[in-house]
Amino acid sequence: MPESTVILDAAAIGRALARIAHEIAERNENSTEVALVGIPAGGNVLAQRLGKILSEIWKHPVPLGTLDVSMHRDDLAQRAAPRIHPTVMPFDVNGKTVVLVDDVLFSGRTTRAAMDALNDFGRPKKIQLAVLVDRGHRELPIKADFVGKNVPTALDEKIHVQIGEKDEVILERK
Amino acid sequence: MSWNKKHLLDIESLSLDEILNVLDTARAFKAVGERAIKKVPALRGKTVVNLFVEPSTRTRISFELAEQRLSADIINFSAEASSFKKGETLKDTALNLQALNADFIVIRHSASGAPHFLSRVLDAHIINAGDGAHEHPTQALLDAFTIRERKGRIAGLNVTILGDILYSRVARSNIWALLKLGARVTLCGPSTLVPKTFEQMGCRVTYNVDEALRDADIIHLLRIQHERQRKTMFPGIGEYTKLFGLNKERLARAKPEALIMHPGPINRGVEIDSEIADCKRSLILEQVTNGLAVRMAVLFLLNGGQGPQELA
Repeated sequence: MPESTVILDAAAIGRALARIAHEIAERNENSTEVALVGIPAGGNVLAQRLGKILSEIWKHPVPLGTLDVSMHRDDLAQRAAPRIHPTVMPFDVNGKTVVLVDDVLFSGRTTRAAMDALNDFGRPKKIQLAVLVDRGHRELPIKADFVGKNVPTALDEKIHVQIGEKDEVILERK
Repeated sequence: MSWNKKHLLDIESLSLDEILNVLDTARAFKAVGERAIKKVPALRGKTVVNLFVEPSTRTRISFELAEQRLSADIINFSAEASSFKKGETLKDTALNLQALNADFIVIRHSASGAPHFLSRVLDAHIINAGDGAHEHPTQALLDAFTIRERKGRIAGLNVTILGDILYSRVARSNIWALLKLGARVTLCGPSTLVPKTFEQMGCRVTYNVDEALRDADIIHLLRIQHERQRKTMFPGIGEYTKLFGLNKERLARAKPEALIMHPGPINRGVEIDSEIADCKRSLILEQVTNGLAVRMAVLFLLNGGQGPQELA
């Protein structure tokens, strides 16, 4: 039986997102340059939450996009073809500071694919990375700018992020 | 559901889930075609051989562009300028292509079953780009994509396929796909070219054009394939046009929201009036655009490896 531990409950997720939003606001003085881009599936709803908090801090709406990275992955031959999610980029990325938002940072390969995919839409001024959980085990020189919680994990453990009806982050041990 | 077929040989052996997977994936690739940068690196470093033993223009061009937009390397091989003229067998040609480490072979052949044969003798992924009068799976997938995009659904629609059914691989693939997707399929044309045996597949067969068109949501026209026909099949093109060609009078008796499709190349004034081919209800050029997206999706899905879909 796998053993499950709740590592973030709804209140903790809410606090983590509020803190990340304030860190994004602190780091980026020119708020009109900032756009949030969620990486499906887990990053989209987090990007929406962050966008809501940031628009309250900045008193203006924050452009929101979603970027599918499956066509740019480097491990396509190693598993069945991934399900592709729609990409929606309703703003010009040129000159923007794009904050990529994902639920879990692990090997870093998704982030690399996301940076490549984003470049197909133009040349952002800066790319930053916000994640709810950093579980370690990086395989590429990639580091998040904004982290909800650092969770040291073993390779065979799994992190499940649920956002929606019940917000929860669960660590599953074999 | 994850994709785990190695080849795309026909529609007959695809499940409904697999067909829907291709159509959903194609939607994302259609969006790629609308960007400033229309190329993605999904097939970088992969080699695709376009083995067109039977002449083809639009399908070959569509596959070529799909492969280029996925960043694959391409070898084009056509019947006119190849070793087939010098007597090499299909198997030997294919083994030579395998010796070049081709990852994909897209084959068009006048013999039904040629792609299936290649899939048994080679390690590469095989994609059927039309085999004899058997199947043309990517055409049926792009037709289904086009219908779903324009009508929002396929289940419950009435689709009439009008023309040379007997010799048409497009018809066979479309019938399989449409029935799996829940459409009602009516076949119509000269009785010599629309045998009643198609009723066993689950289609309605009628020789009365007005009856075939009356309830149709989609009117799918097929070209009379001069190259596959024996002269005995019907008296002449003029008579075909008179009895079965889609003209304004006939279209006026169909539902006003019925849309017109044709896999091309069209013969203006034969199976379709020139004006109808160019009218707003004609989806002929949309089919071409969508064909590119569907072929990218097929290549992308086949390129996936074995095992679970889950990503780290």
